[in-house]
Amino acid sequence: MDLLLDSINELFAPATAAFALAAIGLNFHFGLTGLLNMGHAGFMLLGMYGYAISTSRGAPIWLALVIAIVVAALFGLLLGWPTLKLRGDYLAIATISAAELVRYLGRSNTLQSLTGGSTGIRGNDFKFTFEELSPFPDENITFLFWTRHGSLSSSWWLVLVAWIAVALFALLYWQLARSPWGRVLKGIREDEDAVRALGKNVYSYKMQALVLGGVIGALGGVLWALGGSVQPDSMGRPTTFWIWTLLLLGGAATVLGPIVGSMIFWMSLVLIKGLASAFIPSSVLSPVEIEPFSLVLVGVTLMCLVIFRPQGILGNKRELAFND
Amino acid sequence: MTDAFASVPHEPGAPKPDPIVTAHGVHRHFGGLTAVDVEHFEVQRHAITALIGPNGAGKSTFFNLLTGFDKPQHGEWMFNGHSLVGTSPAKIARAGKVRTFQLTKALNRMTVVENMRLGAAQQSGENFFRALVPGIWSAQEKEITAKAEVLLKRFKLWEKRDDYAGSLSGGQRKLLEMARALMSDPEMIMLDEPMAGVNPALTESLLDHIVELKDEGKTILFVEHDMHMVRRISDWVVVMAEGKIIAEGPPQTVMSNPAVQDAYLGAHHDTDLSEDAS
Repeated sequence: MDLLLDSINELFAPATAAFALAAIGLNFHFGLTGLLNMGHAGFMLLGMYGYAISTSRGAPIWLALVIAIVVAALFGLLLGWPTLKLRGDYLAIATISAAELVRYLGRSNTLQSLTGGSTGIRGNDFKFTFEELSPFPDENITFLFWTRHGSLSSSWWLVLVAWIAVALFALLYWQLARSPWGRVLKGIREDEDAVRALGKNVYSYKMQALVLGGVIGALGGVLWALGGSVQPDSMGRPTTFWIWTLLLLGGAATVLGPIVGSMIFWMSLVLIKGLASAFIPSSVLSPVEIEPFSLVLVGVTLMCLVIFRPQGILGNKRELAFND
Repeated sequence: MTDAFASVPHEPGAPKPDPIVTAHGVHRHFGGLTAVDVEHFEVQRHAITALIGPNGAGKSTFFNLLTGFDKPQHGEWMFNGHSLVGTSPAKIARAGKVRTFQLTKALNRMTVVENMRLGAAQQSGENFFRALVPGIWSAQEKEITAKAEVLLKRFKLWEKRDDYAGSLSGGQRKLLEMARALMSDPEMIMLDEPMAGVNPALTESLLDHIVELKDEGKTILFVEHDMHMVRRISDWVVVMAEGKIIAEGPPQTVMSNPAVQDAYLGAHHDTDLSEDAS
């Protein structure tokens, strides 16, 4: 029973919302435009740094958010400028290495005074502006079966804000995907030369999609940081691949796919971890081994999903028939 | 055959009375291989011009150069009196010269009607910020859809409007690509092998569509291998071989030009190569 409640708790946890938001950003890249961004964690990390560093230097919350957005947008422009004129694979190579570059720069000793090196930035240094805005009382609050603090860290306040943000950006995706703007992006996903031949400036549209998705990823990073701290190593390649996984799991190019994908991904992680520690005796698997073991199980489950339902949970099977 | 060509000499690079496209000294080579080396080329307005030639003659490369999809080492070319040197394919399309592709580019995971809507030019909802407010573009969207409906009916694709373009047959995709190109009301339409891979039953209606376009006042330039089609619908034929224009003339007579026969069959096709002759 506890396990069930824990899993449900994970469904609406701020971390789930943060990943859902990041996946919505990636959905603009991949689902709508077909851009292979393999460095989404880099956008997230830049958003985290932009927000945390500016707050710890005294910036008000709105300014910190603007800085996070601007930094991610500049990163997108910088990445897109040389690569978007080339074939898709080049963007993949450039993004994966640029994201690693951001992480290595962040954890380097040279920038220690700014980024805190490999230990990162403590939550207490940058979370206060957000926590001060909480309308909830400063204590643990139990709602139905779940207890969270009213304003600190992974609080009810963060849950509320994070899911409102996810809902707003899902709406934004829905609105843009059905607009003529989104139609051009879908055309680019299918065949950019055809869209060029119809008189659309493909480069500009790809750039708009890259920057927009990157900015949304950065905001996902800010949500993630508000639930904990800024840790450069938590935003490495695995994070990018997780976001890809949950996007494909939920269904790319759908409005709710990133959200459903994130929920199922995080819930199954907790569920499998819980079940494994409850039913597998410690003589077979020690508690330290449970964590990697559950990740393996999640991996296998996801592989099954991709094999038996390649369009994702919400995807349209009909579309897949024409994948060339 | 239209009278416009009455005074045009039957020679390569012949000037036309009312050219919509003029190219001069266009040269494109890939490493040591010269793909296109055209001294002078004009396309008559409101006419159907065919560009033919044996495989590897440089037709498709020349086509790509004229539409901005490839850049020549040097040369200049004009559309409606405006130079197109260094102009992007998108700008050339917006100027009123659209093209289709030899390998059809239907946008597979979009419906037929969405393919059509994408073809329309100057959509205000294609701007990111205006896209956020449906009120700004919904009226235009209705106009575009109405226009798409007319074209889809004309091209016999109306029943397929909500199907994914990927589910269409090869011939239907050719039709869709042509119809989509027409959504922007181009002045000139350039078709790269419109008959390649089309089922013979559809060929006739495709030909009729092309002739109809001319009757509407559009200019058509097409690359084709099918000589039957070239003879049936074109007003003027331009023959390319080894990157150069080697002959021009009306379809009835151009194939009897010795230079053309040499290009297609080899310069010594009449020579007896048997030992007795030597």
